[in-house]
Amino acid sequence: MTDFLLELRSEEIPARMQDRARDDLAKLFTAELAKAGIATGAIVTYATPRRLTLIARDLPTETQAVTEEIKGPKASAPPQALEGFLRKTGLTREQLTERDGIFFAISEKPGRATAAVLADAIPAIIRAFPWPKSMRWGDASASTESLRWVRPLHGIVALFGDEIVPVEIAGITSSAATLGHRFHHPDQITIGSAGDYVEKLRACHVIVDQDERRLAVRTRAHALAAEAGLALIEDEGLVAENAGLTEWPVPLLGRFDAAYLDVPPEVIQLTARVNQKYFVCRDADGALANAFICTANIDATDGGSTIVEGNRKVLAARLSDAKFFYDTDLKVPLDVQAEKLGQIVFHEKLGTVADKVDRVAKLARWLVEEGIVSSSPARGGGPAKLVEGQPSSAAPASAPPPSAAADGPPPRAGEELALLADLADRAARLAKADLVTGMVGEFPELQGLMGGYYALAQGEDPRVAAAIRDHYKPVGQGDDVPTDPVTVAVSLADKLDTICSFFGVEELPTGSKDPFALRRGAIGIARLILVNNSRASWGEVIRQGWLGHETTMQLSPEQIGRRAVALVVVDFIVDRLKVQQREAGVRHDLIDAVFALGGEDDLVRLLARVRALQAFIGTEDGTNLLAGYKRAANILKKEGYESPSPLVGEGRGPSASADGKGEGDAGVATLTPPHPSGPAGLPPSPTGGEGKIPLSYTPEPAEAALIAALDAAEPAAASAVGVEDFEGAMAALATLRAPIDAFFDSVTVNDPDRDKRAARLALLARVRDAVHGVADFSKIEG
Amino acid sequence: MNTYLMAQAPTCYTAPLPPKRVPVTDQPLSFQRMILTLHDYWSDHGCLILQPHDLEMGAGTFHPATTLRALGPDTWNAAFVQPCRRPTDGRYGENPNRLQHYYQYQVILKPSPPDLQDLYLGSLRAIGIDMARHDIRFVEDDWESPTLGAWGLGWEVWCDGMEVTQFTYFQQMGGYDMKPVAGELTYGLERLAMYIQNKDSVYDLAYNDAGVTYGEVFHENEVEMSTWNFEVANTDALFDLFRKHVAECENSLEAKLPIPAYEQAIKASHVFNLLQARGVISVAERQAYMGRVRDLAKGACAAWMDKHADDWTARFPHWSAA
Repeated sequence: MTDFLLELRSEEIPARMQDRARDDLAKLFTAELAKAGIATGAIVTYATPRRLTLIARDLPTETQAVTEEIKGPKASAPPQALEGFLRKTGLTREQLTERDGIFFAISEKPGRATAAVLADAIPAIIRAFPWPKSMRWGDASASTESLRWVRPLHGIVALFGDEIVPVEIAGITSSAATLGHRFHHPDQITIGSAGDYVEKLRACHVIVDQDERRLAVRTRAHALAAEAGLALIEDEGLVAENAGLTEWPVPLLGRFDAAYLDVPPEVIQLTARVNQKYFVCRDADGALANAFICTANIDATDGGSTIVEGNRKVLAARLSDAKFFYDTDLKVPLDVQAEKLGQIVFHEKLGTVADKVDRVAKLARWLVEEGIVSSSPARGGGPAKLVEGQPSSAAPASAPPPSAAADGPPPRAGEELALLADLADRAARLAKADLVTGMVGEFPELQGLMGGYYALAQGEDPRVAAAIRDHYKPVGQGDDVPTDPVTVAVSLADKLDTICSFFGVEELPTGSKDPFALRRGAIGIARLILVNNSRASWGEVIRQGWLGHETTMQLSPEQIGRRAVALVVVDFIVDRLKVQQREAGVRHDLIDAVFALGGEDDLVRLLARVRALQAFIGTEDGTNLLAGYKRAANILKKEGYESPSPLVGEGRGPSASADGKGEGDAGVATLTPPHPSGPAGLPPSPTGGEGKIPLSYTPEPAEAALIAALDAAEPAAASAVGVEDFEGAMAALATLRAPIDAFFDSVTVNDPDRDKRAARLALLARVRDAVHGVADFSKIEG
Repeated sequence: MNTYLMAQAPTCYTAPLPPKRVPVTDQPLSFQRMILTLHDYWSDHGCLILQPHDLEMGAGTFHPATTLRALGPDTWNAAFVQPCRRPTDGRYGENPNRLQHYYQYQVILKPSPPDLQDLYLGSLRAIGIDMARHDIRFVEDDWESPTLGAWGLGWEVWCDGMEVTQFTYFQQMGGYDMKPVAGELTYGLERLAMYIQNKDSVYDLAYNDAGVTYGEVFHENEVEMSTWNFEVANTDALFDLFRKHVAECENSLEAKLPIPAYEQAIKASHVFNLLQARGVISVAERQAYMGRVRDLAKGACAAWMDKHADDWTARFPHWSAA
């Protein structure tokens, strides 16, 4: 057993690519050796800016000999068969072996030296390496077929034990020689074997293990901050990036002029982090300190004072710019800035940013006035304030937030509502004003945040300032989801407007292209709705709220298929939610079972169903229900039994075209009306009705028992679904398991009597359809 | 026809030579001495020392010695200073770091030599940067110029946290794959000088060793040009100029004259930058204007390729444009 070392030395590999490159190297290596029949054991990989390294422990010195046997024709077969076999194998008659009257081609594949396998594997790995971006270089690049690497590749160390594995690729010959640190030890060093690689390089000022470099950056940065009486603001992304930019990381602490602390701390932190890759610190009071920590790649002869001074100057220049922008911006009220938005085109087909702001402000106000966004989310309370078809103006009176008396909210609540609506409107009208400020022009990632600062500085209500600051949230998966109602209203309105607008002009995401980040916006909407437990039929919200403001719209009726857009947008959001749930690790078959029902646009209830199913399916009841369902469904399938399915939504994927949606429209509420104001729950199954028709024969006992069980379970499940107790519904249905089993044990479905057969199939269809009222169990595996 | 190009044999990269003009004292190099030192260094390493191209342009990469000469199979090694004009960066001479007119030092080496990084570091040593005390880093920065239909991979080179050079291996130019690849170094001369001379303001830089400052030479220029760029330039005349340069470029392309066509593209590009500074181009129009300039530049590159293709294929049998 022998260890193998591979080092691929190149010009500086981008820090952000190093982790994946290590994984890819290990994968490719394992795959190449597996092809030769060598199972790899422990593999360690390292990456520095200048080298990518793999150490494989305990490889065999040669591969096993393998005997391969191919069965041929019978000896008695016609000569053509034998000729064909000889052609296929490339052998002669004499080389075949005859056994029990059958020809065999037997080939011995002798073992190969592992070193020879490695010599083949290394060029293959290098050629196949999946760098996210790669390049050509040098004389060889006269041909576009020349080797591609992330940056020019300069050296290959390939040692099997202490023997060099001979490799040549693109003019680079493998050897035992590598280089140390670019400045501390630029000369060649000779590596003896995998065993001394790490320590030899350490002696030449290269820490090859990225985890060790990260630890060094982290530990030293903390220590430097502590020595200065400060606390480091931790940032693992920066730790990794600095470790990826250095072979010998040396964190150094410097100070910048405290006068710059007038600039918002986020601005300082951002410019330090993004532009300069510096850490920043807090003082004892938790405020941002006028200190930065940079990470050098050398032990400087003067202890780093020149480096710190140079970095200080660069940061000072950047902060000076930032302070200039901040001071200038503060002199201009946001209302004045907002006027300039009329000159910025939002999208060529969608007017200016000012047009968008107007739409968003009206929608945000409406969302509050309708109680769709309210100050106290009705958590777990009565759902759905907006009823399909109901004029929107009536909604607050009929179902005001939070579940106030039917004869209208008390005046105080009304005032509160009006105030919130005014705040949402105001916040929306100022929310984009910072786009034309100097600071956001310089640091686009500060959009929102700067607007929040400027709003506070000009004396806006803190809720307005917070809404301006946070209305882009949530941006990524890990981002906070706003809960303040003013912010929620503006954020939802902004995102809904963006998606509806782009869908309206048919700028849809396709494949990997989503230039307006509509998918991210959809997930943002879903998370806002779920976290704030905002109950509504979102198809209706969009139809009435967004499309209802025709006069404010800059879109002509020709540009949008109005009703269709609302539905397609909801499907789009639901579809993104589905993807998100899958990525969050929820079993895909359970997600499918719920989403396949279709027609549901109350996201809170949709997800509640998934959660209930997830919890239920692992229980004994769950197993029972699934088993009973599968028995019934299988026989229906086998018999080709067609019954009018209650699943209007089935087969109509969320990406269905606008036209297709328009047709399915009428059926949206059939399965479970999106608004459980009515007797939500189980559909009035056509076959269910049939099952209750007096039978033309006396049912067998097990058959009668199943009918009785269904008669009991159906309404129980229906009422449970009605109050969104999906587990209760499933538990009620689980009671059918025993009657179903008994039914199958003693009743022949396929009875020669046509009436009996039809009635029994209808009975099983009742079982199936009852279960489909909760989820499409046919999608569930197991 | 391209015999003078052939004279530049890429053979002298092995041993970096010491700069000929060693500063007599430890005094940091003046602005002009720094340029002369870089000229000596790259001249000693086989580069033609060219002069600036006499047209306004936003970056040294626009110099025909970079853009056009990067195309084709011939060896090409050149170094030159190029004044760059970025009207929107003007600050009326009041910002210590921002200028609407400044200098880049460009080195273009085709094919890219195997020791390009070491050669580059040698040039930093030549102008007085001590790598035992300064932290030099190669930080990922891929370069792309939609205007030129060009991109490359490389780094911005940091000296103690300051970007002093853009280091790029061109992969495409004018929409054509580089065959072979050229290495391009672009030094920000003012930044480097501020660094070497330890000055906080560009205007305090020593231009020479006799007490003349950069501010004495250029401050008035910055004030006046910022005023003109932002406030005075006649936008009707500029729009008119843009149209005329576009027309003249097309005219030259029709006459199969890639160099004049390329010059007109550069002029159109600068006029567009001036219109931007005057704030008369909306966001929506911006894309259209940039697209126009890109088409002109790409057209010039294509014409250049067409014009030389036969000669190149004759001398480099394996070479092809596509």
